[in-house]
Amino acid sequence: MSAIPHGLEHGHDHHHPSGLMRWIQTTNHKDIGTMYLIFSFIMFLSGGVMALTIRAELFQPGLQVVQPEFFNQLTTMHGLVMVFGAIMPAFVGFANWQIPLMIGASDMAFARMNNWSFWLLPPAAILLVGSFFVPGGASAAGWTLYAPLSIQMGMGMDMAIFAIHIMGISSIMGAINIVVTVLNMRAPGMTLMKMPLFCWTWLITAYLLIAVMPVLAGAVTMILTDRHFGTSFFNAAGGGDPVLYQHVFWFFGHPEVYIMILPAFGIVSQVIPTFARKPLFGYASMVYATASIAILSFMVWAHHMFTTGMPATGQLFFMYATMLIAVPTGVKVFNWVATMWRGSMTFEAPMLFSVGFLFVFTMGGFTGLICAIAPIDIQIQDTYYVVAHFHYVLVAGSLFALFSGAYYWLPKWTGHMYDERLGKLHFWCSIIFFNITFFPMHFLGLAGMPRRIPDYNPMFADFNAIATIGAFGFGLSQLIFLFTVIKCVRGGEKAAAKPWDGAEGLEWTVPSPAPYHTFEEPPQVK
Amino acid sequence: MSATLEKYFVPEPSRFPIFGSAALLLIGAGAAMWLNRVSPGSWMVAAGLATLIYMLFGWFGQVVRESEGGKYGAQVDRSFRWSMGWFIFSEVMFFAAFFGVLFYVRVLALPELGSGKSAMLWDGFKSAWPNAGPYAEEAFTPMAAWGIPAINTGILLSSGVTLTWAHWGLLKGARSQLINGLALTVLLGVIFLCLQAYEYHHAYAEMNLTLASGIYGSTFFMLTGFHGMHVTIGATMLIVILARSIKGHFTAERHFAFEAVAWYWHFVDVVWLFLFVVVYWL
Repeated sequence: MSAIPHGLEHGHDHHHPSGLMRWIQTTNHKDIGTMYLIFSFIMFLSGGVMALTIRAELFQPGLQVVQPEFFNQLTTMHGLVMVFGAIMPAFVGFANWQIPLMIGASDMAFARMNNWSFWLLPPAAILLVGSFFVPGGASAAGWTLYAPLSIQMGMGMDMAIFAIHIMGISSIMGAINIVVTVLNMRAPGMTLMKMPLFCWTWLITAYLLIAVMPVLAGAVTMILTDRHFGTSFFNAAGGGDPVLYQHVFWFFGHPEVYIMILPAFGIVSQVIPTFARKPLFGYASMVYATASIAILSFMVWAHHMFTTGMPATGQLFFMYATMLIAVPTGVKVFNWVATMWRGSMTFEAPMLFSVGFLFVFTMGGFTGLICAIAPIDIQIQDTYYVVAHFHYVLVAGSLFALFSGAYYWLPKWTGHMYDERLGKLHFWCSIIFFNITFFPMHFLGLAGMPRRIPDYNPMFADFNAIATIGAFGFGLSQLIFLFTVIKCVRGGEKAAAKPWDGAEGLEWTVPSPAPYHTFEEPPQVK
Repeated sequence: MSATLEKYFVPEPSRFPIFGSAALLLIGAGAAMWLNRVSPGSWMVAAGLATLIYMLFGWFGQVVRESEGGKYGAQVDRSFRWSMGWFIFSEVMFFAAFFGVLFYVRVLALPELGSGKSAMLWDGFKSAWPNAGPYAEEAFTPMAAWGIPAINTGILLSSGVTLTWAHWGLLKGARSQLINGLALTVLLGVIFLCLQAYEYHHAYAEMNLTLASGIYGSTFFMLTGFHGMHVTIGATMLIVILARSIKGHFTAERHFAFEAVAWYWHFVDVVWLFLFVVVYWL
């Protein structure tokens, strides 16, 4: 993406491969960040096609488009592809591009390992998507791969397990790289508490990744040995327990939720001060709130399991611990609002997406609180209410923050301004169609429609039809984004080093597009 | 920090990562095929492992050359230290998952199964540990703590001592102490692995204790097996460090690779102590 040809300005780089080999062998954080972003967008479109197939089937009651077995494969793979292929790698792409630029480092701490972290993802994607084409099809146990369903399926399940192993290796290496870069590569004078909040949220996210990805690896390894090597971890007949799988999985799975949202908080915390033209309100409290969320995220996992059987004391503990997370999250939301308070605000596309994030993510947060209340959760567990809740935090939360960050830093990455009208159009289409898609799902869930089924009672028909129309609108809206980005890469108004007049930070001190090598001499931060 | 304004080493473009990715793709796809009896799965796994070994030799070889070539400054050294610490933390969490499984089964799942609530299914099931579950058909003998496992505990603890002795040798410039200490540590590690292999053979051949012996067999072999795998990795790294010491690498001031391997070895040692207490003894 960088417009300056590599190696030209630096005579000491004696053998720089070109063409495809440049991308395969690169050790440059900007190249690798670009590859992460492109890869995640391809996976986003793949997972999106799966989602649209699901919605097409659910447009009307009855079976029209796909068979139930294939429907289950689609819901499973949609979840796995979006979580591990789209959202997580997209944030790592932002980390790769931005963290060295924001802390004044010449590159990531381990540039070669950085390359491997990325290049492990395509093999994992091949295994995951390729599993559709093997006998028995892809894994159909839901993205959570609950035992005993996951013990029973065919080869596609094994491929999903190995894909998760490979993605886990990639995530752990990527996370170690980010932690070490942030802790050891900051420019002189850049103390931890002067660091941009995006770097803080990624530092804490990386810690979560290192802590829980190995646990997921252990969980799927036990699935694998239960399937093929005669162990009885999740089999009561052998003294094991299928509920045990859920405990191990959600010990990973809940911190995973914050792995996907904390970097989003970081992006929003960069964008809102820029367009409110005020420093971030309560910087230190933002840092502490992020850390509190991370620590609490290890103590709430069983709120995903209120209906699988737990003593009342357990339910009470996990219910209150979960509700406690609303406190640091509330601190963050109030800080963002206070940052905008009496700011001289403008609403370019990044700001629109951040403000949209604030509205819609907060709604997802509130429905999360509702789900946290054990007696209510027992009613709505496994209904469309839950589907609505986590799409409000994952799509309107993580994805909108990603779009916000993409528009915010595109001028720095490409050297061109994106088309503001298209960006705004993308935002308004996205937020309107998003709500048309997912808001009716709250009603469907409260009325009792179960999730992960291809057919339903005709009484749910109207809301499902609306949701499907919204989903296709939302899917098509993303093509506006694709078009805007391609247009921006190919040309457009030249971007200044600091295209946003309210922006602060080291990344705006280098020219746009950022040269291939930046901060080879560390800058001084006062 | 202003004193360390030397340029941070950023490596040249490298061909090794893509070999690593190809290797893991071959191993993953091959293993999935092999497990489902699709040919040529086993050959793909073999090819993947060969590629992985090539990649590891090439990559680590290059790192060693860069290190000996003096390209790594103090800041790079700090990066390595941080990263090894965090890597060991990820390994701790991996083992924590399996220890958590053992505790859950012994404290919650089995007592629940034996509480009489499942009497309709499995009347008269007793949940005492060791246990292979209500469907266990063949009896097995659990592994006793005070035979080979106790000896192995002694061996691993002594290997920690010999490794520290080697480190002292390195620090005071006594190369023969360094080399002898490392060689002794490798030897103790290999003896540990041989005894572990003998124990496994004994379990399968005479005690009817296998991976399929219900939850006892599952937790026993998975925990000790993953530990054994990590001892193998640790011993391999020790052999590399030994070879490098013989070649004259490392100085009293700069020997991160030695320390990283030593940290790893002590980590494996501590995991064993937990294993000895909760898997073999209690």
